[in-house]
This record gives sequence, structure tokens and C-alpha cells, in this order.
Amino acid sequence: MAHEHKLEIFRGLVKFKSNITKIWGVFLFLSIVTTVEVYLGITKPEILTQNRFMAMKILNWIFIILTLVKAYYIIWDFMHHRDETKGLRRSVVWTGVFLICYLVLILLIEGDYIFDVYKNNYVKFNF
Amino acid sequence: MDATVAQTGTEGKSWGGGNRPLNASYGKLMMWFFIVSDALTFSGFIASYGFSRFKFIDAWPVADQVFTHIPFLHGVTAPMYYVAFMTFILIFSSVTMVLAVDAGSKMQKNKVIWYLFFTIIGGAIFVGSQAWEWATFIKGDYGAVETKGGKILQFLDTEGKRVAIADFAVHIPTERTTHESQTGIWYDSEPETLTSFSFEEVKTGFLANENILIRTQYLDESGKQTVLSREESVAKLVTDGRLVVEGANLIRNEYGHPLFADFFFFITGFHGFHVLTGVMINIIIFFNVIVGTYERRNSYEMVEKVGLYWHFVDLVWVFVFTFFYLV
Repeated sequence: MAHEHKLEIFRGLVKFKSNITKIWGVFLFLSIVTTVEVYLGITKPEILTQNRFMAMKILNWIFIILTLVKAYYIIWDFMHHRDETKGLRRSVVWTGVFLICYLVLILLIEGDYIFDVYKNNYVKFNF
Repeated sequence: MDATVAQTGTEGKSWGGGNRPLNASYGKLMMWFFIVSDALTFSGFIASYGFSRFKFIDAWPVADQVFTHIPFLHGVTAPMYYVAFMTFILIFSSVTMVLAVDAGSKMQKNKVIWYLFFTIIGGAIFVGSQAWEWATFIKGDYGAVETKGGKILQFLDTEGKRVAIADFAVHIPTERTTHESQTGIWYDSEPETLTSFSFEEVKTGFLANENILIRTQYLDESGKQTVLSREESVAKLVTDGRLVVEGANLIRNEYGHPLFADFFFFITGFHGFHVLTGVMINIIIFFNVIVGTYERRNSYEMVEKVGLYWHFVDLVWVFVFTFFYLV
């Protein structure tokens, strides 16, 4: 509780004088990111929905990357992960990241396979 | 002592024993590990949503056609705005929570009280908004027809605007006897809710109105639902239509695939339950702060632990927002 707060974000690009100004700074950053997400979600620019990168729409890549950025700052600054020891950080983050990536990969590949089965075979629609 | 303690050569290192390698209290560490396991539960839900969506990737509802309502503004189509508002409320309540933690570390009791109060208010607004969103989703707005194959047909006018079934269906006076187990199939029961129009009424109204078209669930290459021509629409409704659907429940969903509704209820419901418990825990801590429990304990670490849980709820919402409403 009493330990020091690290007051730099963006790898030292922005430094805050106190923990309270850092909190408001991170809030401002998260708000900007959310506003961008909502703006793109409402307008859905053609150029981002028509073009794909690695089988996914560019727009969806942007959403997912921005979400991970937001998640990073919530965990690192609001949940004070920046101030924890390396061991605690790794035991929390690596476990989660590894298991979630594995699960998502398996389930999405399987879902895509079933889509192909429905599309190319005799089973039409099954709920 | 030398006779019983083996020298391992790791003395003085972080894991050599005798110190606190993670530099965190028991309670905080357990909160972190609870959060990890809860994160895995939520990712299980969201990943299975992704699985079902990939399974029906060409027939999945478009979220900004579903969530278009704002409280007190009737007839205004405003996709996303209300969900965005809910997101901001939750992020802001996260900010007041972290400010409460910060005030706690400086032993400023009154500030902790106020910041916790604002956090609780934010959480309550969020839960209320979610309840309203559920109610709107369950009620539905335009109504649709389900086909024999379980797919959804929605109605548009020639300009591509949605038409509610109430606007064109005709009233056909019919007698309807209530189904009772002694007079009919005994294991079949009366439906819990009856739709305001029967399929026959919708069909008659549809055939009488030349300028109404049908939109199917299937998406074309640009990600928009396919709209049928008038001839195709008539043929589709007459041969395949079976049942009127209004609103959404766990079995039927006027917006498209029923799994969309199932996952919506399940994921936002599970998240809303977390917010609700978070608010209740915050209230308990709030009163503990007021009566001075942590002042006497000389440490506000309990506020920090509860804060971790509260931020986690916010973190989950960030992902739910992306994968349910945006992507």
C-alpha cells in the first residue's frame, strides 16, 4: 500500500507529478480511445470494412488492438500492476494470455470448420 | 540450528526464503488469482460467442441494428450511443475508485468516503442501464417472421427502411381456444406470451401491400443483409413463413439468430451480476470506511482489494463492448 507509484506512462514519454494527475491522465487517454472506437463503430468507413488483413476486416483489427491498449492501461495503472513485482505481474498476465489465446484459437478454427461443413455439405442450418 | 537447515546457496535471493518475493499481502494476492480465474471464465464465454458467430458467420445479426434505442427518446435511431454512455459511466466509476484507493493510501478518510460514494452511484447507473437495455431487447421493436427452417425474415419498405408488422398486418377476427392439457396434447402447453398478430394476419397484410419487401438473415459480400425483390419476397413468405416473432427470448429472436440473444443474455447478464455484487461489496466497504474500521486498522488496503475487483469488472466490459457491439 505504501509503496511508491511509478508515474510514467508511454515508456516515459509522459511523466506525471503526482499519482492523482496520472489517474486523470490515464482517464483522458482511455476516453479518447473509447471515443475513437465509438466513432468508427458508428460511421464504419468503407475503406476499413472493405479491406482485409489476414482474413479479418481492418476495422476489426483496429477495434481489437484498441481494446488491448485499453486493457493494458486499466490493468497497469488503475489496478496498479505497474507497481507490482515482476513475479506477480508475470504470474497473472502470462497465465491469462497463454490460456485465452489458446482457447480463442481452438474455438475459432473449429467454428470456421463447422461453417464450411454447413456450407458445402448437406446439413443446412442447425441451431 | 546449523545441523537442521540445509544450505542451498540461494540465501538472499528473491525466492531464497525469509522475505516476500511478490511483495503483496495474502488478501491482495488471492484477489489477483481470483481475478485470473474469473477472467478465464469470461474469456470462455466470449470465445464461445466467437465460436457460434464463426459457425454462422454469413447470417449473424448486426449489432448496431439491434441496439438503437436511448431512454426517453422514442423513435430516434441512435446506434451505439447508449452503450457508449454506459462504457463511459463504468470507466468513470473506475476513476473514482482508483482515486479512493489513492486517498486511502494517504489516510484521507473523507475523500475515500466521497470517492466510494461516486463509484457506487456510477455502478448503480450502469446496472440500471443494463436492465433497461435488456427490457428493450426483450420487447423488440419491429417484429419479424420465422421460417420453417428457423430463420428470420424482416420487413422493409421500398426505400430500405424497416416496417413494423403492426403497420401493415390486418386484423382477421378469429376464435382462439385456450389450450388445456385435458383437451389437447397433454405435454403441450399454452405459449407463455402470444404475439399481437398471427402469421395469417401478417401474411394477408403483406400480400395486400405492394411496397413491402423482405430482408433475410444472410449477409452479402459487403456485410449487409440480403433484400429480396417483391416476387421473391412473396414466394419466400408464402412457402416458408410459419410464425410471428416479437422481441427476443432464449428460443426466438426477431433480430436474427437465436444464439445471438442467448449469448447476449448470458454474457451481459453474467457481467451485470458482477457489477451488482461489486456495488454491494462497495457499499459494505463504504460503511466500513464511515464507521472508521480502516482508520483503526491503520490501513486502507481493503479499499484497494475491492478496487481491484471493481476495475476488473470495468476491464471485462471493455472486452464485452468490443466483441458484442463493435466487431
